This record gives sequence, structure tokens and C-alpha cells, in this order.
Amino acid sequence: MPGKAAIRAEAARLQAQLAGAVGGAQAIEADILQPAETLLDLYGEDIRARAYVTADPVRGERMLRPDFTVPVVQMHMASGAEPARYTYAGEVFRRQESPEPGRPTEYMQVGLEVFDRADPAARDAEVFRAIAGALSPLRLKAAMGDIGLLAAAVSGLPLSEPRRAALMRHLWRPHRFKELLERFAGRRPAPPARRALLAEVAARGAPAVIDAAGPAIGRRSRAEIATRLAALAADAAEPPLPGRELALIDDLLTVRAAPPDALSRLHDLSVDMPALEPAVERLSARLEALDAAGVDLDAVTFEASYGRTTMEYYDGFVFGLVAERAGLPPVATGGRYDALTRQLGAGREIPAVGGVIRPALVLELGGGA
Amino acid sequence: MLRLGVPSKGRLMEKTFDWFAARGVGIARTEDEREYAGHVSGVEDVRLMLLAAGEIPRELAAGRIHLGVTGTDLVREQIPGWERVVEELAPLGFGHADLVIAVPKAWVDVETPGDLDAAAAAFRAAHGHRLRIATKYHRLVREYLRAEGVADYALVDSQGATEGTVANGTAEAIADITSSGETLRANHLRPLSTPPILRSEATLFRARGAEWSTGARAAFAALARRIGVEAGGD
Repeated sequence: MPGKAAIRAEAARLQAQLAGAVGGAQAIEADILQPAETLLDLYGEDIRARAYVTADPVRGERMLRPDFTVPVVQMHMASGAEPARYTYAGEVFRRQESPEPGRPTEYMQVGLEVFDRADPAARDAEVFRAIAGALSPLRLKAAMGDIGLLAAAVSGLPLSEPRRAALMRHLWRPHRFKELLERFAGRRPAPPARRALLAEVAARGAPAVIDAAGPAIGRRSRAEIATRLAALAADAAEPPLPGRELALIDDLLTVRAAPPDALSRLHDLSVDMPALEPAVERLSARLEALDAAGVDLDAVTFEASYGRTTMEYYDGFVFGLVAERAGLPPVATGGRYDALTRQLGAGREIPAVGGVIRPALVLELGGGA
Repeated sequence: MLRLGVPSKGRLMEKTFDWFAARGVGIARTEDEREYAGHVSGVEDVRLMLLAAGEIPRELAAGRIHLGVTGTDLVREQIPGWERVVEELAPLGFGHADLVIAVPKAWVDVETPGDLDAAAAAFRAAHGHRLRIATKYHRLVREYLRAEGVADYALVDSQGATEGTVANGTAEAIADITSSGETLRANHLRPLSTPPILRSEATLFRARGAEWSTGARAAFAALARRIGVEAGGD
């Protein structure tokens, strides 16, 4: 394992190289201690399993930054001019709830983030080219994905709005997503107790059923329970999602091929799922931009579900660069996170794309200057 | 010398003593009830350590005791990667309890983790904060809810009287150990109808990382023969 001083020097070299590759960028710093509330609101309770939490008697819970994205977005939203390109280098901290030998709990990250409203495809290509270019001596395998394809497919499913919203909420949780889809398709019939409950509610009315069950305690009100009961009744009356729609979603999620083949497969799929078309067009534009930027697409695999479980705040293009050697985490990852800027921006938003490199892995793999 | 950690008070202690006594191993506290010390008869070279049940997992993990009696719930909550740290030698047949998620009885619409997730999404939209679940089993509950794909909840720490947190307005639901369910019912709560997060019982554990000297091995072999357990390899 290379020493910290060597890793720091490599980080500085990579940071300068990234800035050079995008024609100059502002180098920025971020606090190590971040307000826990912001991160919890974004990532949910799961972040506690991955980030160190520390209690500050005055400021409340703080987290040791698990990544730079949130502080960089906040900084940009508060004061940044547009368009903007930022680089940074510093430690991030990752808690592990079960022993994972060989996985560090703190390590250096070098990052590039681009905030620019113009030509998203070209910006995606710019970030990928900069990061892949800095790592080209390592001959890494590149994978790309795009969660926007799944979102587009869901937007076109013949479903009620509540059902669609439930799926959209769980794009990043494959287990729950699949269960919901199967339920909507009538493949998981409601248990008898649920059918009996809905019959009772229909006969006696929700208030009577709720009152008979127990006293109102806690902050979730009877009205909220009644609203959900009405939603359950409406859901039970909704016609099942046709099986062919399920099969199309499955087909989409299993697309895994060289980019040109993946693109033609997705074009075929969009004949049956017209809602997919805008997302396929965006992918097509991105691949053209990557090609124009000189990226060798033959060395890339496109996987429609790449990063679906591990890169939750990305909502479009995602990528990873991985060494052949087994057991190593990706040397670099990144993607587009427009929705995150919307959530952090309090009404404002700006398209954003970025990525990070782990300089320790670059040295370990024999790269570096 | 083999160091055996057992719970220092209450029914858990008495039942542990009974379990060993039924197998010809006498465990007794010293005359003075206030002194946390005791002795073992029937096998040679075993030293008794009376400990709070909640501290036994930590002592096992640190290898300060060779054997310990505690609940599986505490071991799984407190020791990351517990299978690599301790070995389950024998379930003792008492101290049965289920770790469950419980919601107010009035929540007739919530029976499964999927229901809880849907309720949490609507609750967050209506109240501007995530649905709070009071518990002391943070790790187990979080792992379970992640595996089940439940979002929009927050865990709030509760080290005691957890069943009261909903009525007190500090949580909307709870996750806690229950055996008969009486305390839940008395507090107008009921568990989800899906299987519990964990079924726990008092269990005899062996610390893999303790110092297993020749003396400790010999004492363990004698005790293991007497109580009818077998250790696997490390």
C-alpha cells in the first residue's frame, strides 16, 4: 500500500491533470464535518451505515464527509457563477458495519464537477474524457449506464399516478421495485386479510374500522390512515399491468453490450415503449459526443442497470472505471446528478455532472507519475 | 483457566444456573448477594464471571471471556460479522424473544414492510419529516429495512420504555424485542404480520478470538463433555 505522502502527491498531480483536461477549473476545499441532517434527508437512514456520525453539543449531529458532491453542490448553489468547473482533492470517510478486509475507512478522492446548462451530452463526454484520460496508462475497463432509461420507461407504463410514483421512488431499490411491478401486474395477489379489510372498509366506512382497531396514538392521524385505505381500495380496483410491459422492463434492465449494439437494442425496445425514445436519443447524443471527444467506445460496456444499487443520487449518465484485477473497488466513478442540485438548491437547479478518482488505487495499480 | 461469563441478575441468571445444574455443573453466587462473584463446581478450572447480559457480547468479542451466555439479539446487534467472532455452541431453550417492528393498532393499513414504506412516504410528504422508528437495535433494524427496500424512515434511539414512545409523540412506530406481546398490546401497538426481524433466545457462545491456552482447552473439553456441546473449528 503506498504511503499517505505519495498518495497526496498523486492526488495533486491528478487534480492538475483534470483541470487541464477541461481547460481550467477552480480548485476548491470543503469542510470535513458536514451537517448530518442534509445528508440524511438526501440519502435516508442508510447513510448512517456508511458514514461516521459525531455529536456536536451545539450544532447537533455532524457527519465526516462520505463524499464531496453535497458540499460542492451547496457551495456552488450559494455563490457560484455559471458555468463552473471545480476540482478538489481530499479525504473521505466510509464506515463499515461488517468487516470488509482490504476496504479502507478513509481514503483520498480527487474529483471534477461541471455545472453547465449548455449541451449536457458534450458535458458528459467532457467529464468522462478527462477522467478516463487521466487514467489511460492503467488500461481500465469502462462501464457506462443511464438510470434515465428506466425512469423514462416507467413514465410510459400504463399505470395510475400513485403506482407510477411508487416505482419512481424505488428506481434505486431493485428488490422493492420488482416487488411493486409484480404486484401491479397481478402476480402477487393481495393476501386474504387485506381483501377482508378492504371489504370491511367498504361496508362500514374507514373511520369505524380505524376506531374499532385501537386508539389514535402518535402523529400519524386517522385521516392519513383513511387516505391510505382509499388509496389501497383504488389500487385494488386498478387493472393489472399487462405482462408484456413487465417483460419489456426486464429486457431493458438486462441490456448489456458494446455501446453501438446497446443503442440499437434500445432503439428496438423503444418501438414497443415509445416513452423510452427521449432517453435513447439522449444516450445516442452522448455516445456521439464521446466519440467526437476521442473516447474509444470499443473499450466500453454499456449496462442499462449499471450503478443502480450503489450510485443512488445519479439520475442520468453513470460510469465506472475498473481494473482487471479482482477484488478492487472501481478506480473512478461518476455521473450526472441534476436532481440532487434541485433538492439542495431550494427551488433552483443546475445540470451537473462529475466524477472522482481514488489516487491510492492508481498508485497501487502502478500508474502515476 | 476457562472464563465463563453469565448474566449477573434476574431470570436470565437463574435459568442459566438451572441449565448448567441440569447437566451436572453447579454454578452459585457467593453468599453476599451484592457481590458479583461466584464459583463453578463439577468441572475443574472454570472461573465464573458475572456480567450484565448486555456486556457479554462485548466481552466475547474482546476475547476477555472464553464462553458467555447471552441473547442472540444482542450478539447480532453488537458484533459486526458476528459469525467470525463467536460460535453458537448451544441454544439454551429460554429467554425467547422476537425482534419486531410494531405500529399503532389503529394503523389497519400497515401489515408488511411494503405497507410501512408506503405509509412512510405519505407521512414524510404530510409532515415534512421522516417516519420515526424508536429502537435500541439500530444495526439490525437498519439492515432489515434496507433489505426490504423501505425508505423515508428515521431511527430514533430508545434505550428503555420503547413501547411508550409512540404515545409520548417521540416516534411513530417502534422496533423492539417482545416475547408475549403483552407490553405492546398494553401500549396500543401490534407487530407487523410478517415474520420477525430476528428470533432470539439465550445461547451459549464461544469466543473464537480468546486466548485458548492448553489449560483453557482442557477445561473447555471437560465442560463440553459434561454439558453435551461440541465446538466447531475456527
